Amino acid sequence: METTTMLIVAALLFSLGLAIVVVKRHAIVVLMGVELMLNAANLNLVAFSQYDPDRLQGQMMTLFVLVVAAAEAAVALAIVLQVYRHYRTIQLDEINNLEG
Amino acid sequence: MIQLVILLFSALALGGAVAILLTRNVLYSAFFLLLTLLGVAALFVLASADFLAVAQIMIYVGGVLVLIVFGVMLTHKADPLNRNSQRPNAVLTNHRSWLWPLVLAGGTFTVLYQVLTRGSFVLLNREMKYQTTVDTIGRQLMTEYLIPFEIAGILLLVALIGAAYLAKPNDA
Repeated sequence: METTTMLIVAALLFSLGLAIVVVKRHAIVVLMGVELMLNAANLNLVAFSQYDPDRLQGQMMTLFVLVVAAAEAAVALAIVLQVYRHYRTIQLDEINNLEG
Repeated sequence: MIQLVILLFSALALGGAVAILLTRNVLYSAFFLLLTLLGVAALFVLASADFLAVAQIMIYVGGVLVLIVFGVMLTHKADPLNRNSQRPNAVLTNHRSWLWPLVLAGGTFTVLYQVLTRGSFVLLNREMKYQTTVDTIGRQLMTEYLIPFEIAGILLLVALIGAAYLAKPNDA
């Protein structure tokens, strides 16, 4: 019962992250939506992993997802910073020039 | 009792996510993201993943969120008057459609909900025990997951160097 609640919460978090990624125009808020989706996936993995206490495969996977998410956030924010230097804006609608 | 606590922290996480979706202020959405991440960390604890909850708080709240707040502040437009005259005048209209994103998100949730409630998972029939996971995670990291562990270390080094290179000013 508790596990099902957690899975449904994870599904809701994933859908909200998807909506944020699609709706929002600010590049950093879109990044936040991606982080939310990663968190939802982690919640799923952890919810199933509590029934596997000997190997904890889900939790190990979550650990590596955390590492990759941190690396992704660092690189993505560096790219956002360069985009801001170039265009003086990071509203995704206004960045429409491939050549610069 | 534990059901009530789970519902409480779920409401915290989901409320933060909805607030990110609704607010227009970027800094506010960073703070609501903090709320959501804390809620998810609490849910980790309730799913008997104590080590991961601490890791989540340290990595996300201590690392990623600080990075995001720095990003928001570094890309904040100080005065709106100093605009590039080459840019066309953008008129703020209300035409941005909420319909299709909501249909997309709602459809995704509906499909996931159907799958999760109708499916019968074999794993859920096992009995679960509340125990500390630090021992098992340490043992697994040094045996079964040794190579992914080392690759994760290399990935972090590469990301560090790459982010520092990407973010450096062009003329320097």
